[in-house]
Amino acid sequence: MTPAFHRLKDRIAVVGVGNTAYGNFPHTDDYGLGAEAFRRAVEDCGLDKNQVDGLGVCRLPYYARMGEILGLNPRWTVQFPAHGRMSAMAIIEAAAALEAGLCDYAALIYANIGRSRRVNYGGEESPGVWDPYGYTSPGAAHALMFQRHMALYGTTTRQLAEVSVAIRHHACLNPDAVMKQPITIEDHEAARPITAPLRLLDYCLINDGAVCLILTTKERARDLRKRPVMISGIGAREAYTNASLPNFDRNFWYDEVRDVADQAYGMAGVGPGDVDALMCYDNFSPTVLFSLEGLGFCKQGESGGFVEGGTLRLGGRLPTNTDGGHLSNSYMQGWALNVEAVRQIRGECGARQVPDAQVVQFAATTPCSRSIIYTPG
Amino acid sequence: MHDTPPAKPRPMIDATNRGFWDAARAGTLTVQRCDDCGHSHYPGSPVCPNCLSSRQSWAPVSGRGELLSWVRFHRAYWDGFREEVPYNVILVGLEEGPMMISNLLGAEPESLQVGEALEVVFEAVDDTLTLPKFRPAGAA
Ligand SMILES: [Zn+2]
Repeated sequence: MTPAFHRLKDRIAVVGVGNTAYGNFPHTDDYGLGAEAFRRAVEDCGLDKNQVDGLGVCRLPYYARMGEILGLNPRWTVQFPAHGRMSAMAIIEAAAALEAGLCDYAALIYANIGRSRRVNYGGEESPGVWDPYGYTSPGAAHALMFQRHMALYGTTTRQLAEVSVAIRHHACLNPDAVMKQPITIEDHEAARPITAPLRLLDYCLINDGAVCLILTTKERARDLRKRPVMISGIGAREAYTNASLPNFDRNFWYDEVRDVADQAYGMAGVGPGDVDALMCYDNFSPTVLFSLEGLGFCKQGESGGFVEGGTLRLGGRLPTNTDGGHLSNSYMQGWALNVEAVRQIRGECGARQVPDAQVVQFAATTPCSRSIIYTPG
Repeated sequence: MHDTPPAKPRPMIDATNRGFWDAARAGTLTVQRCDDCGHSHYPGSPVCPNCLSSRQSWAPVSGRGELLSWVRFHRAYWDGFREEVPYNVILVGLEEGPMMISNLLGAEPESLQVGEALEVVFEAVDDTLTLPKFRPAGAA
């Protein structure tokens, strides 16, 4: 029997996208960055901003202040916590709200001022159960997982380097990206260790910036400036059983991501072999390997071999994070990757365009795993 | 007079986890066990995640487990660990099921295999705090 949520297939479109420059912007704040991303997304779709009657905000302190600044009094508002895993969660919530008629045009705004405010992502900023042992930070959790992946499957740090190298290559083709110096596998191997086996080049950037997406129904999308990009598949599964050991899963969230993939592919009527480009949440490089296995691009334990030889690069078998991802473009916590998926479908990506991109998949392998499959409307 | 070294973070002891830290000070490793369904879990929880019972106890465990993984911190997120970098942190899978983060004593994790047997050892920080740590099994 077809799951009920499949009724959302090709019902909701992303019609407008916008982002700020990415970097270090102490002269403004998160609201200022959010407003700029919103203005650009409104321009992108040609909507009168006063028609926006749905507002989702993430990592912004106060939704009502954002509404005040934008002159909006919507009839649907959701505030998402400042966690990296929220982007596709928010997009799926907005899609459901639009389909239910709770709003007609939803704007989702994400802003991050982690660079100018010197956010650390560990230690006293995020107290936890394991602090007395000196254990903290999402990076350390991914180090624990990658160490285990190496032990169980023989994965190597040179294979892990393929992820960072391919994604940096894409950043070099993206005028907006923060990091534009090419790197090699040897650079990765020689980088400063942070939480060994992970090194600096396995870590996402920390930078300021903001992203906005505007969504509406398929019918309303026809009247707007650009060809709509449809949400054709969605999948979701949480893993809360060991939430006190944050950002860690003993089996690399394999079972949860398998479930997410089955939902999303089943709804969209496609499989991994149909995916023209993958936008993969890359808070740390090992996440990409775990995602490839869970999504079914390769078998469990085989992602190291799968990525060897430039598989993830433009022109390779599975172009991944064509904007440079979190590792090299911008730490927009999944939001910029969803924008990149839209731009790939539209054919707006210039030097980093995947030819004739028809199926672009976003995936986040986290304690709240999500995937969205985008296709042309 | 010597400067006092910066303090390391201490556990946040509350009504739920007090029994664990009291037992550790007495040299016993415990996990929380549900009095109604027998489910074992760590860290402590106000109700049993399996059956939602509020009747739970800190039950002694064998102190044996396996090395699930490890990480070596080259960055000090607290000043109290600055002198110790690069230090090890291990993930232990207890025989009884729950996982614990700890530190490896008596060996370096680079010399062990994932899956190797470990046993608990108690490190007294001061009169009021003892941290359960682990060493290779049979190393005593
Ligand atoms: Zn119970």
